[in-house]
This record gives sequence, C-alpha cells and structure tokens, in this order.
Amino acid sequence: MTSPASTDSVPPQLSAGPRPAPGPAADEGLARRLRALACTAPLHDLDARKANLAGEYSVYGMAEVALAAIDLVTLNMDFDTGADHEQIVARLIPRISAQAPRRPVAEHERVARWVLENLINVGSVDRGFRAVYGTFAPDGTYVRRDYDFKLVEEVPGPGGTVYLRTTDEAVNVLVGALDTDVTSAQIAAEVKLEVLINRGRLADAQLAAEQARYRTVQYSETLRRALDATRRNVRAVDWLNAVPDMIAEALDHVADRYRHENAILTNIRKARDESEDPGHKRRAAELVDIVKDCIRRHTQLQSRLLEAGPLFRAEQDRQAFATPMTTSGLDLYGHLVAPVLPLPVERAVRVTDAFFARGTGLRTPVSVRVGDLVDLLLTPPVEREHLGAEMPEPDLIATPDDSRFSDEQLAAATELLDLPADAPRRLSGLLTEARRRDPELPYLVALLAVHAASPPVGTAYRQGEEKLLFAVDDGTELDDPEFGGADLIVGTALLDAAGMAADRTEAA
Amino acid sequence: MTEPADRSEPEPAATPGGSAVTPADAADAARLVAFGLQPKLQPARDQEYTELLRRHREDPVFARLADAVAAGLGLVVLEVSPRAGMAVTAAEDSVFAVRMGDYARRAATDSADRFLHGLAHLAVAALAFPRPEDLADDGYIGRLSVNGVDAFVRQACRRLEERAAEQGENTDPATDAPGLEAAWRIWVRRSATGATKDARRPAGSTTGIVGKAVAFLTDSGFLQRTGDDNGGTYRTTARYQLQVRDMAGSAAMAELLELGVVPVTDGTASLLPAEDTDDLELVADAGLPFHS
Repeated sequence: MTSPASTDSVPPQLSAGPRPAPGPAADEGLARRLRALACTAPLHDLDARKANLAGEYSVYGMAEVALAAIDLVTLNMDFDTGADHEQIVARLIPRISAQAPRRPVAEHERVARWVLENLINVGSVDRGFRAVYGTFAPDGTYVRRDYDFKLVEEVPGPGGTVYLRTTDEAVNVLVGALDTDVTSAQIAAEVKLEVLINRGRLADAQLAAEQARYRTVQYSETLRRALDATRRNVRAVDWLNAVPDMIAEALDHVADRYRHENAILTNIRKARDESEDPGHKRRAAELVDIVKDCIRRHTQLQSRLLEAGPLFRAEQDRQAFATPMTTSGLDLYGHLVAPVLPLPVERAVRVTDAFFARGTGLRTPVSVRVGDLVDLLLTPPVEREHLGAEMPEPDLIATPDDSRFSDEQLAAATELLDLPADAPRRLSGLLTEARRRDPELPYLVALLAVHAASPPVGTAYRQGEEKLLFAVDDGTELDDPEFGGADLIVGTALLDAAGMAADRTEAA
Repeated sequence: MTEPADRSEPEPAATPGGSAVTPADAADAARLVAFGLQPKLQPARDQEYTELLRRHREDPVFARLADAVAAGLGLVVLEVSPRAGMAVTAAEDSVFAVRMGDYARRAATDSADRFLHGLAHLAVAALAFPRPEDLADDGYIGRLSVNGVDAFVRQACRRLEERAAEQGENTDPATDAPGLEAAWRIWVRRSATGATKDARRPAGSTTGIVGKAVAFLTDSGFLQRTGDDNGGTYRTTARYQLQVRDMAGSAAMAELLELGVVPVTDGTASLLPAEDTDDLELVADAGLPFHS
C-alpha cells in the first residue's frame, strides 16, 4: 500500500526492513488519544495560569470550575439557541464561592468570567485552541500536525444576541464518552434510570438522569440540523422514504420518551414524598427537575417535527411544481462550493478570488475637486431638528376617589395588626378592638387577616422585607356578630433579611 | 460622485464616427451608462432612465453607441432591460473593479482571511440560487440571511469532516505547511460570532465576514435588505442574478478547471439532464447531517 508499485515482480514489503513505526492503524489510535488528551489541556492550563493573575487565586480549583461551566452550558443549550453567557456566570458563582467563602462576591464573579473567557479563548481570532502532535505518515516520515479545536463556542442567537454552545469535542471528551448511537444510548440510559429508581438508589439515578439529558440535548441538536437542511432543497432530500421515516421514528421516539419520562416522574415524586432521609428527598427533588426539563425538551422537539410536513409541501409547491426551465448549466453549490471546500487553501483561494473579482459588482472611484473640498469644509454644519414635534399637553381628568376605606382607616388597621413577633393574637380580639375605634374598621382588619392566611412569602423574599404578617387556622370557630368562619391566629413572623439578600445574589 | 465620470464619457464615445451620430446622441448614450453606474437606482423610478432604456431597445445605432461608451470605460454590459436597467459591471483591471485589498485590509496579507472573504461571496450566491433553475429563471428572487449562509457553509464543512473521518483520514494540517490545509477547515476553525463590547459582530468571525459581504453586495445593488432576523435577511435583485450567472460563476468555473478539478463526472457529459441527479447527490450528501 505504501509503495507506488511500479513493478509487480518485487515481493511486497518483505525486504523493506523494520518499519520505523507500528502500523498506521495503531498510530491513528494514538493520534485520536492525543487529540482527546489535547482537549483537556486548556483545563489544566487554567490551574497552571491562575498564579499569574493579579491577586491570590490559588484557592480556586479552576479546572473544577471549568468542567462545571461546560456542564452548565451543555445542559442549558436549547433547540434554537445556546446558553446565556450571564446566566452561566451566575450559576457558576455558588460553586466558586463555596471554594473560597470569605472572598468578596465580585472576586467570585471575576473568577467565573475568567474561566469562561478562557474556555472560549477570547484572545485569539479563531476563538479556539491549537495543539501540535506528531504522527508517522504511511511512508514512514514523521509529520507534525496542528489540531484545532474549541470547547465552548459563541453562536448567534435571535435578535443579534450571542449564545454559548459546547462543541462536540467538549461533550465527547469532557462530559462523557457519548460517541455512540444517540437513540440506543438514550434508551439504555433510561432503562438504567428506571431500574435504579425502583431500587431506590437515587445517587446513581441522578447520574443516569443527567446522562439521559445530555443525550436528549444531542438528539434534538441532530434533528434541528436535519430539518434545517430539508428547507434548502426539496429534491436534495429523499421525501419518499428517508425523511418521512425519520420523522415518524422521531415522533415515535418523542411519544415513547414522553410516556417513559412521565412514568419516571411519578416514581420519583413518590420517592421524594415517601422518603424519610433528607438527602434522598433533596436528590429526588433534583431528579424531578431534570426529568421535567427532559419532557420540556421533548415537547419542543415534537412541535418542530410537526412543522416539517407543511414545510415540505410549501417548499415543494415553490420548487418542484414550477414550469421546467432551461437551466443555465451552472449549479453554484454542486459545481463550485462543494469542489472548492476540500481543496488545499492555497489552491481554493484562486477560485474564490476569481469569484470575488467578478461577483462583487463595481465601485465608482471617488474623485474630489479641490474647489468642492474647500466649499465642503467651509460650510457650517446644518442644525438638525432632532427633538421632533412638540408633544401636546395631556388633558387629565381627575377620577373620583371611590375606595372603600380611607387612608386613615388603613393606617389604623396596620397599626392594630403591627403585633410583636412573640405575641400573636386571635382575630376575634382584633375585631372587637377595631370596632371600638371605627365601625367600618373590622371589615378592613378581617380582610387583611384573611389575606395573611396565605402570606406573599415570595414577594417579601424578593423585596427583602424584615417581617411578614401571617394568619393560621387552628380550628377554633369565630364568634362575632358580623363575621363567620375560623377564629384565625394572627401574628408577625420575623424574616432573616440579610440571609435572604445573600441567597438572592447567589441564585440570581 | 458619478458626476465627474459622467462628464468625461462622451470623449471615447465620439470616436466611433458613425453615419449620423451627433454629440447629443453620444451624451445620451453616456447618460445611460452613467445611470448604469448607479446600481441601486430603479429604472422605473426615473423617467429619463426609462426613456433612455426604451431608446436603447428600439434604436440599434444608439444601442451600439451606448455599448461602445461602456466598453471604452472598461465596463461589460450584462443586460439592458426595464427590470435590470443598464446592467453594467467592471471588466478586469477597470477603474471600477473592486480589489480584495481595498475590500478587507487583513485579506491582503493573510491568505486564510482572503479565502474566507471570497468563500463568503461564493456561499451567498450559492444560497441565493440553490438550484441551477433558480439561476436560469429570470423571475426568481432568492432570499437569504447572514446566519443562514454561515450555517450552510458549516453544514457542508461538517459533511466533509465526517467523510474524512469515515475514511480514517487525518485532516490536521502539517505544522510547517499551512497552505496545504483543506479549505473547509479554515471556515470551521473560525468562530461564528463572539461577544463584543458594542454588541456588534466581530469583524473576523464568519458571520462578520458574511455580514460584510452582504452589506457590500447591497451597496452594489445586488441585494436588498428585508429584515433584521437571523443576522439580517436579504433578497436578490435581477442584477445579482446576471452578475453571478454571466460573470462570476463562469470565471470561478474556469479557474477551477484550470486547477484540474472537474466537478462533473465523465458519465454525465451533457449538463442539462444530468444536472438534477448530480445536484441531488452532492447536496444530499452535504446537506444532511444524519447518516443515511
């Protein structure tokens, strides 16, 4: 194979002596492993380079943060877009702050950004990495080669935004060996998941569920590309068999997974609710989130699949049912783009240059007359009307104040309900006191108390309130001339405002 | 800025010395060419332009005169019609020709950038006219988006990558011979976009390069911007079709043949009927990411 074999009388290879390297197959395996190894280099590099940062950063495990970032980006990759840059930074911060809890949040954020930027490799024009490795060519010469790869890449999203995606290299090497058939791998992962849940081994189940989700993401990614390609040229795709089969298969797959995952969801929910161990409970709750996310992705996939049929028919109308034309004989893609791409760049550039030189049209050369230039430079700039037309004065009509309660009444009720945290009161007592002040006031107090039965905890949490009014029904009946129902216990709960604020910044 | 050029035009036109050509005819012919030099001008929007086009169609002497004016200025007449107007383009080495070095500064020194800019133009054309019929059909209007062009090229590259991997080929280029790197790898290697401080596409990213190409083609009157989705959406004009069909496509084909690459196999010598099957196979392979 290696010699040009000009004469056939020479016995092949026998007299060639010892080969300088093992067979090309072994070398190829080596090259593959070298490339896989190269993908991990940027992560090691982070830990090696953290010493060069201005400041004391050695406490942070940069490779750990980087792997977490890759996981986060992979999980947050959506059908159309990728993961949001800011969101990834925010989600990384809890892990970073756990590594060095005493350091300021600003520093944690700086670390997150530094790691993410280095994963993208912002400094280079390709925004990627390059590793050099050597292989033996078939003729026994040693060749150094460049291996270019990316870990996290930036892709355009809707509205001109930029999103992050993990590359295949990153997923294959750093997330797990996923270089397998997507469908079967997914089924395997889910069977495993179900078995693990049935046996109550939640830690393993969570791992399996996460793997299932990686596969789900990969699967939808494959399909997205496929649908995009069918839009381009109807006849380029086999719509008689291949694509309908593929869509049917994918729809079956979605239906199947949907059923499957709903079953799993029910199981885990049960595990979550019945489990005594708080660790199990928490893990089961996380699992519920993961499986819910899987279901959401499947639903998204399904809606895309359903759009495929109408899209095909519309494209067919446009492309295939038009009256046949005499063709120009030139197929831009088939005759130019496709043959040019595999050429070595120094030859391909001749073709693209030829196309560029004749395909860009013309530019009228700019010629300036000195007289015009002088006039132009001496002309004062034109005052521009940038403020627009004057706004008409709005004609406002005073609306009558038809509130049921006055401000004074609200103040009185609030004052009445301003209870000390350690001394809750019965509603009946509050109503009696209110009635002594103002016959209308009990209505307002009752209203506020009923609202307090379901206190707006979320709002209070977000706004950082220090206390919150609450009401509890302990079964006692209310004995009152005007109101019926339960005699609620009304009290004030103190909230840990500082703790909540810290939580909020972490979750944001 | 076309005005000064306009003034100088009657001179080459005056030389033909035909039977009854007056200086006024020469001025009109030059005026028509001057209209053709404003590619964004719609013939239907300007009465004088429409009138001159009609005269070109009906008066062979005037038509010859106008064509001669264009030729003298270093212009190639592609078509003269109400839809495309006086469609002229720059001949090679004409003062009107666009040079790569003026187009993109980096491209003058960096052959990878030079290739990327050229390929962007080629890909825009290929996506604007995906089928041979589209290029032939005068009524066809192509539509494309910046992100779509990038995705389309990446798709084709991915297919080549997969094919190379299937054949167990090592496509990583030798360190000391970067010129031998396969062309598709250059595009794959370049990032698609990137976050910048002012929320614009980085000029060196592939969407930045495609964006520059379509903006330039829009200025040439070849594309019209229709929206902002997907990095900007555009539709083609009649002039672009003419330019690609009659100038750029054949020039690039000739160059490719000179390199010894013959895109059509020997069995399918007659282009017309074999076009579809050839096209079908190539696009199917390049366009579909799943293994069939």
